[in-house]
Amino acid sequence: MDDFEIDETADITDAVCPLTFVKAKVALEELDDGQILSIRLNDGEPVQNIPRSVKEEGHQILKLLDNGDGTYNLIVRKAGD
Amino acid sequence: MTVDYKALKNGGFMRQTQKNHFSLRLKVVGGNLTAEQLATIAEISKKYGDGHVHLTSRQGVEIPFVKLENVEEVKAGLESGGVNTGVCGSRVRTVTACQGSAVCPSGCIDTYPLAQEISDRYFGRELPHKFKFGVTGCMNNCLKAEENDLGVKGGYAVEWLPGSCTLCGVCAKACREGAISQTETEIILDESKCNNCGRCVKACPFDAWRGESGYILSFGGTFGNLIAKGRGVLPILRDKAALFRVADAALAFFDGHANPGERFRVAVDRAGWDAFKTEMEAAYNG
Repeated sequence: MDDFEIDETADITDAVCPLTFVKAKVALEELDDGQILSIRLNDGEPVQNIPRSVKEEGHQILKLLDNGDGTYNLIVRKAGD
Repeated sequence: MTVDYKALKNGGFMRQTQKNHFSLRLKVVGGNLTAEQLATIAEISKKYGDGHVHLTSRQGVEIPFVKLENVEEVKAGLESGGVNTGVCGSRVRTVTACQGSAVCPSGCIDTYPLAQEISDRYFGRELPHKFKFGVTGCMNNCLKAEENDLGVKGGYAVEWLPGSCTLCGVCAKACREGAISQTETEIILDESKCNNCGRCVKACPFDAWRGESGYILSFGGTFGNLIAKGRGVLPILRDKAALFRVADAALAFFDGHANPGERFRVAVDRAGWDAFKTEMEAAYNG
């Protein structure tokens, strides 16, 4: 499953809920269907909630990578409408 | 004419500070009313009240400033518009509910039909004191299950499905109880820490967690003069038949052990939680 190429990155570590998800959503909207976004997010609420919200929007999560510095990279493939 | 204030109160007519005026309590189940019912309520409020309604703390609606001489007309007018009057006094009260899984993405159970079933079965039933049911769809607990004499909370009994799992890492972070850990090859669930919230199921991108809906019950909540949080004495219930067996048994315990005018919580405290738990377990096991 580690077989993916990242097309774009987004950093939402400077945002707090609910803007974390808004930023992630905006970043995903700028992608083409099938492209892959890496979202950098904080430990705590963002990593607990953002993967689920992204899933509920219909996108495919590929991996959650622990950066070891209190942040994670969530790798998401954008779904079509 | 002598006025039977007690009978009026039992039927939902709440005496006001203003002489001969009543705040009429309406029957609402699970916090839902149709647009037609709302229109009926608005019309009655304008015609027989003072044109406003009060939304109560338990999802009820009251029409204040109804005059004593109009009581029968008001009841008939409401009934023809599909609205029933509520209850007060020593009986099963309004059954409250959040929107649950039919509307809310967090919901683990379909709360409204369950609230209706509970209401159909128990609403208005006479008991030693008031008795409140509340149904909340998930661990977020928007409906505050533990404030009720009997609270129902939706949850999931969960199981990891290794065949679908990619070890992506999402569930271990989604779990707020620290019940899920991950190795190079597998996911480990510590069942002693799992609170059945189902966040692993909801968050998993690969459907590698199976969640079976269930009911988590709490008993003896009361938030009036006495403030006490409802307690759990059973594991998550997997079927509705078991829920109703347990609810029947809880009401029978209340009837059998309470002094007149004593709240359920006080009765269970006095009779003993061990004895109560034994009876609930017997009902749970059928």
